[in-house]
Amino acid sequence: MKSDIILAGVGGQGILSIAAVIGYAALNRNLNLKQAEVHGMSQRGGAVQSNLRISDEEISSDLIQSGMADLIISVEPMESLRYLPWLSKNGWLVTNSKPYNNIPDYPDIESVYSEIKKLPNHIIIDADGIASEMKSRKSSNIVVLGAAIPFLPFEWDDYEFGINKLFGRKGEEIVRTNLEALKAGMEFCKTINK
Amino acid sequence: MKNKLLLGDEALAQGVLDAGLSGCYAYPGTPSTEIMEYIQNSKLAIERNVHRSWSTNEKTAMEAALGMSYAGKRAMVSMKHVGLNVASDAFINSAITGVNGGLIVIVADDPSMHSSQNEQDSRFYGKFALVPIFEPSNQQEAYDMAYEAFDLSEKYQVPVMIRITTRLAHSRSGVQTKSVREMNKSRLPGDMRQFILLPAIARKRYKGLLSNQEHFTSESENSHYNHIIEGSNKDLGIIACGLANNYLHESLKRTSLDYPILKISQYPVPVNMIRKFASSCKKLLILEEGYPIVEESLTGLLNMEYKVSGRLDGSLPLDGELNSDHVSRALGIELPASREVPSLVANRPPTLCPGCGHTDVFLALNKALATYGKGRVFSDIGCYTLGALDPLNAIDTCVDMGASVTMAVGAADAGLIPAVAMIGDSTFTHSGMTGLLDAVVKNSPITLIISDNATTAMTGGQNSAGTGSLEKICLGLGVDREHLIMMTPLRKNHDKNIDIMKKELEYNGVSVIIAQRECVQTAARDKRIAAALKLKKVANT
Ligand SMILES: Cc1ncc(C[n+]2csc(CCOP(=O)(O)OP(=O)(O)O)c2C)c(N)n1
Ligand code: SF4
Repeated sequence: MKSDIILAGVGGQGILSIAAVIGYAALNRNLNLKQAEVHGMSQRGGAVQSNLRISDEEISSDLIQSGMADLIISVEPMESLRYLPWLSKNGWLVTNSKPYNNIPDYPDIESVYSEIKKLPNHIIIDADGIASEMKSRKSSNIVVLGAAIPFLPFEWDDYEFGINKLFGRKGEEIVRTNLEALKAGMEFCKTINK
Repeated sequence: MKNKLLLGDEALAQGVLDAGLSGCYAYPGTPSTEIMEYIQNSKLAIERNVHRSWSTNEKTAMEAALGMSYAGKRAMVSMKHVGLNVASDAFINSAITGVNGGLIVIVADDPSMHSSQNEQDSRFYGKFALVPIFEPSNQQEAYDMAYEAFDLSEKYQVPVMIRITTRLAHSRSGVQTKSVREMNKSRLPGDMRQFILLPAIARKRYKGLLSNQEHFTSESENSHYNHIIEGSNKDLGIIACGLANNYLHESLKRTSLDYPILKISQYPVPVNMIRKFASSCKKLLILEEGYPIVEESLTGLLNMEYKVSGRLDGSLPLDGELNSDHVSRALGIELPASREVPSLVANRPPTLCPGCGHTDVFLALNKALATYGKGRVFSDIGCYTLGALDPLNAIDTCVDMGASVTMAVGAADAGLIPAVAMIGDSTFTHSGMTGLLDAVVKNSPITLIISDNATTAMTGGQNSAGTGSLEKICLGLGVDREHLIMMTPLRKNHDKNIDIMKKELEYNGVSVIIAQRECVQTAARDKRIAAALKLKKVANT
C-alpha cells in the first residue's frame, strides 16, 4: 500500500496543518511517512506545496516523482492545477473552490473550474462556505481534508488522533470544531460521490 | 528508544543534544533555521541549560562555538551555505587549531536556490579545510551522524562538518533516537599552545592536520555510512552521494535494473572502496546533490581511461536540485506519463505582507528619489528585497548581507551621488555596521535607511540583535546626530517622510534614517503567544 499526496495552497492558508493531521494519522496506523515541507521565502503570500508520502514499505525519496501522485489536496483552486504534472493518470484532485486572489493576473475563475473538470477524478468543494456556516472560518482547510478522506488510507479514529494531537493544546472546543469541519467535508464528498 | 517524527534539521538537533551538546551557536538562514529553533524549544536543552540563543552573524557563532570547544565542552554551530562564507575565516582556521571538546559544523545548502542567492556546495569548504564530512541521506542518518560526529571530532581533535540540503532539512520522517549521554566537564586543552596560530605553531599544526588525512580516509573506508550494494549487471556502476541515493532507489523501484551501487555519505572519499568498485564495472555514473565534486575528482584533468558520467558530461543537469526524474533520465528509465500545467495558471511570487512597514519606506523613497532618476538604491537581504518586484520596483541590488552599505559607498566614490543604502535591522547588525564605519570615516555622501521591524522576519521572526539600540550603535560609530533621523513608516506620515528623505539625500555626507515599525507577522505571533500564556495561567488557577 502506498499513498503519495501533494498538498497545495498559498502561504498562510494552513496546508501544514493538513499535513500534520495526515502525518499523525499515519503514525497512528504505524505506516511509514515522509513529508517534504516548504519553509522560508515562499511563505509570504506565494505558492506553497508539501509532498506527503505514506507507505507500508520503506520510502526512498522525500519527493514524489512526476506522474506518480495519487492525490492532490488543494486549499485554492488555481494552485491545485500547478501540480498536475505530478498527478497520476487515475489520481484524484480535491480542491477548495474559493480563489485566493492576491495577484494582478489571476485567471477567470470559471476557466479554472473548467480546467479542473477536465480531469477524470476531481472534487470541488466550497470549504470556505461550509466552514463559515459552521461559524469557524479558520477550519476551511480541515473541511478540504475531510473531502479527501475517501481517498486516504485511514480510519476515523486515526483522524481523531491527529486532530487531538494538533489542536489539543488549544482546548477541547477547538478540537471539536475541527472534527466537525472534517466530518462536514466528508459528508459533502459522500453526497456528490453517489 | 523513542520513535519521533522529525524534520532533517530537527533530527540533527536531537542527535547533537542526545550526544551531550553544551552549546548551539547559529545565525538564522533557510534551510538551517529549524536546527536552533528545535534546540530552543527542547526540554532536554532547557533542563541542561544548553546555550541556545542566536548570534549576531555566522562568524561570531563559529568563533563562540570554537571557544566553547576550547573550554572542553561539546559545541555545535549551524548555518546556511552562504553563512559559511561569512564564517569561513574562523572555520578554516579551526581546522588548524584543532578542537578540545567536540565541535560540529552543520551547514545546510540550498540547491535550486529556493531561498538563496547561490547554490554553492559546502563539501568544497569541508575539503578545503581538510576536515571529515558527513552527508546524511535521510532523517535517521542525520540523527545518527549528529550523535556520532562528536566522537570522531574528539578522537582526532578536528572539527567535523555535517552537510545537508534543503530537501532533507525540511522533510519529516520517523527517527529512532538513542540514549542521552552526559555532557563534557570543562577542561583546558592538553596542549596549551594549540590555539595560538603564530606561524611556527601553525606550521606544526598544519602538518598534523595533513598527516591525519589518511586516518580520516580510513574512517571513511570503514564507515557504515559508505557501502556497496552488489548488482548483477556490471555494465554500469553507480556512485550515489547522500540524498541522491533516495532518488536512485526511487527510480530503480519501477524497473528490474540491477546495477551495483556504491553509497557515499562520509568524506574524504573512500579511495580504496571506489577503486575496487570502479574496477568491477565498465562505466561509472556519479549522482550527487550539488556540485560535481566526486565526479570531478574521479575524472581528473585528462579523463582518458575510464568512462565517468554525471553532471559534467550532461547526463544530469549541471545546476539545481537532483530529483528522481533527472536520475531516471540518466539511467535511460522511461518516466511515468504526466500532464502539463494548464497555461492559465499564473505565477504567484511571495509578496510583502499587507501592512508591512517596508512598503511605506519604499513608497516614500520612490517619491523622494524621483528627481534623481533610477539606479541608485543599493539594497540587501531580507523581506525588503521583495521591494525589487512589481509594483514597487524600488531597489537595484541584493548581493550579500551588508553589501548595501558598502556598495553605496563605492558607487558614491565613483560619482553616483546621492547613493542610497536600504537595509534591515538584523542585516545591519550582521554585517552592515562595519561598512557604516567605512562611510563615516570618509564622510561618504550616502543615505542609509535602516528599515527596523524589530525582528529577523525573512527567516520566521527570530530576535534581532540590535533591537532597541540601533540609534546608539549609529551614534557610537560616529554618525552625526543632526543626520541621524528616526521615522515611522505609516501611510499617514507619507508626505512628512518624503520630506525627511529629500532633505537627507541633499546632504553631502553620511545620513542615517531609522524607519521603525514592527513586523505585522511577529506582532501577531507575539499576541497569540501572550494569549495562550494567559489561557494557561487561568487554567492553572
Ligand atoms: C550570510 C547569510 N546569512 C543568513 C542569510 C539568511 N537571511 C536572509 S535575510 C535574513 C534576515 C533579514 O533580517 P532583516 O535584515 O532584519 O530584514 P527583515 O527580513 O526582518 O525585513 C537572513 C537571516 C543570508 N542570506 N546570508
Ligand atoms: S513578515 Fe514582516 S517584514 Fe516580512 S513582509 Fe511580512 S510584515 Fe513585512
